[in-house]
Amino acid sequence: MSVDAPARPTSAPSPRLRHGRTFRAGPVSGLLHWRQVVVPVAGFAVLVLAAALSMGRGDFPIGVGDVLRTLVGLGEGPQPFIILELRAPRVVVGALVGLALGVAGALFQTFARNPLASPDTLGITMGASVGAVAAIVLSGSSSTGAILGGLGVPLAALLGALVTGVLLFALTWRAGVDGYRLVLIGIALWSAGTALTDWLLTNAEIYDAASAYVWITGSLNARTWENALPLGVAVAVLLPLALAAGRVLGVLQFGDDTARGLGVRVAGAQAAVVLLAVFLVAFAVSAAGPITFVALVVPQIAVRLTGGSRPPLLASGILGALLVVTADLITRTALPQALPVGILTAVIGAPYLLWLLVRGRRRATL
Amino acid sequence: MTLDIGTELLHHAVSPAEPLRVRLAAEHVRLAYDEQVVVDDLDLELTQGSFTAIVGPNGCGKSTLLRALGRLLRPTSGQVLLDGRAIARTPTREVAKVLGLLPQTPVAPEGLTVGDLVARGRHPHQSWLRQWSRDDEAVVAEALAWTDMSDLAGRPVDALSGGQRQRAWISMALAQGTDLLLLDEPTTYLDLSHQIDVLDLVARLHAERGRTVVVVLHDLNLAARYAQRLVAMKDGALVASGTPAEVLTEELLAGVFDLEARVLADPVTGTPMVVPVRRLR
Repeated sequence: MSVDAPARPTSAPSPRLRHGRTFRAGPVSGLLHWRQVVVPVAGFAVLVLAAALSMGRGDFPIGVGDVLRTLVGLGEGPQPFIILELRAPRVVVGALVGLALGVAGALFQTFARNPLASPDTLGITMGASVGAVAAIVLSGSSSTGAILGGLGVPLAALLGALVTGVLLFALTWRAGVDGYRLVLIGIALWSAGTALTDWLLTNAEIYDAASAYVWITGSLNARTWENALPLGVAVAVLLPLALAAGRVLGVLQFGDDTARGLGVRVAGAQAAVVLLAVFLVAFAVSAAGPITFVALVVPQIAVRLTGGSRPPLLASGILGALLVVTADLITRTALPQALPVGILTAVIGAPYLLWLLVRGRRRATL
Repeated sequence: MTLDIGTELLHHAVSPAEPLRVRLAAEHVRLAYDEQVVVDDLDLELTQGSFTAIVGPNGCGKSTLLRALGRLLRPTSGQVLLDGRAIARTPTREVAKVLGLLPQTPVAPEGLTVGDLVARGRHPHQSWLRQWSRDDEAVVAEALAWTDMSDLAGRPVDALSGGQRQRAWISMALAQGTDLLLLDEPTTYLDLSHQIDVLDLVARLHAERGRTVVVVLHDLNLAARYAQRLVAMKDGALVASGTPAEVLTEELLAGVFDLEARVLADPVTGTPMVVPVRRLR
């Protein structure tokens, strides 16, 4: 029927239906494109290298080889203490935060069918900021502030993010979640959060305001295993759920009617996807502050590397981890003065996205 | 209002061995968006192997009715029955194995290839472990070949022409492997030759693959040409149902469409053909 498609001789093997390699074993079957395998694997390898490099740098330099030896339990002298107790928590928190943000960004963008949907633009990280800044600024000044201060900054941030996320979900919900409505309401929540944070900061003592500002830009300074543990548990639970949701996500992309026609319980699936993303972001932000641009940029980068019609979940997570760990390494070593990592992710991420958009043949993808 | 479809059966060849079974039925359905009632107390029965076109003026509720038949819209009262069972209480995945639907202007994600689109039709038959079985592959290959889309399998859907795109979606509906197929204005935005192309394909699905087809159509002449049964709606109510010749009368066109028209025999198929004269009122 098409004039420009090449004619195929009838004796040729059946034309390839889909890109990728089919695998089948017993009841298990699927289809993978080599780029969907290579990108996460290569990304993970580079991530391990970057992490080892990062753990080696500091007042007491340790080579990458020694770092890797120490990580597998063969460290000598003071190395295990320095690496495992002092430096690893920071790197692990950074990797987990990047992972959570990358996956959450991919979930939001696919679900909303809008590449601008990210926890940053949807106000969820702003909600965390309100919680954290309130805990920092108000702890000495009022009774509610004292309660917030008693929670500690991470818990207050978690609470702020969750409250905003649930609010976003509740306000958008109309027998289902419309992606467009989600973005609009998210932007409104973001504005409200910004105003609240600014108000808190203008009324703050100068020292409180300074430490609040550091928190707002996102920093991995002085992270300990105490920060890593809750985030690690959250990722261990939420990541498999997110990957399991991937199959349904591919159908939700077609819009409510088609998805329902294909047998997806749309409202339930949407609720699950949004809540998964909200929880991932809340735990990430609570551990390291709102490290911006990761959730927005990384899924777009990942989909351009893997190909396909939607941001890949696992690759987005691994590349997110890589971006945060690398940005942290650069801020600590290459720059004359140590900056919070959140500044660098924005500085690297924004131009890279612009470059991709300007030179790419495709528009921003879902 | 209850429709007696007994008489129209005489007009169509149905194998006598197979008793005519009602596959999909609306019982006293009332359909509303928020507070606005669009369809009230409507009854309709669709039998195995039938090809039905729902026609009516803009805003008469025909698409709304189709959405309810495809369980996209829940009636505020009454019910839709699929094979005698309330569709609202049947797991949506079970429904998806029996009933497929093509929304009015479906959107495919950017970058998705035709092959991947058609493969999505297998979703109700797949699980997390079983994502691309031999069966899936065979069915998708067959659906692509049957709709003449095999050579375009590797193309992105957004790079196709309107007519090809509609073919791709019909191919996906075919891959879903459902007995029933509901289509909401599948010819929208297509030029006449592609409208014919798409409707020929739907007619083949009916004739060669035994699909029970319900289609919402704007074009009365095409509806009369392809469907065995026309259902005419006005203001959310069913006004007439029967063979095209029974339904497409000059009186009905005046009453339902406010249209003065002559009805002639289509010189090609002999089915009724509407030649408009002027709008009444």
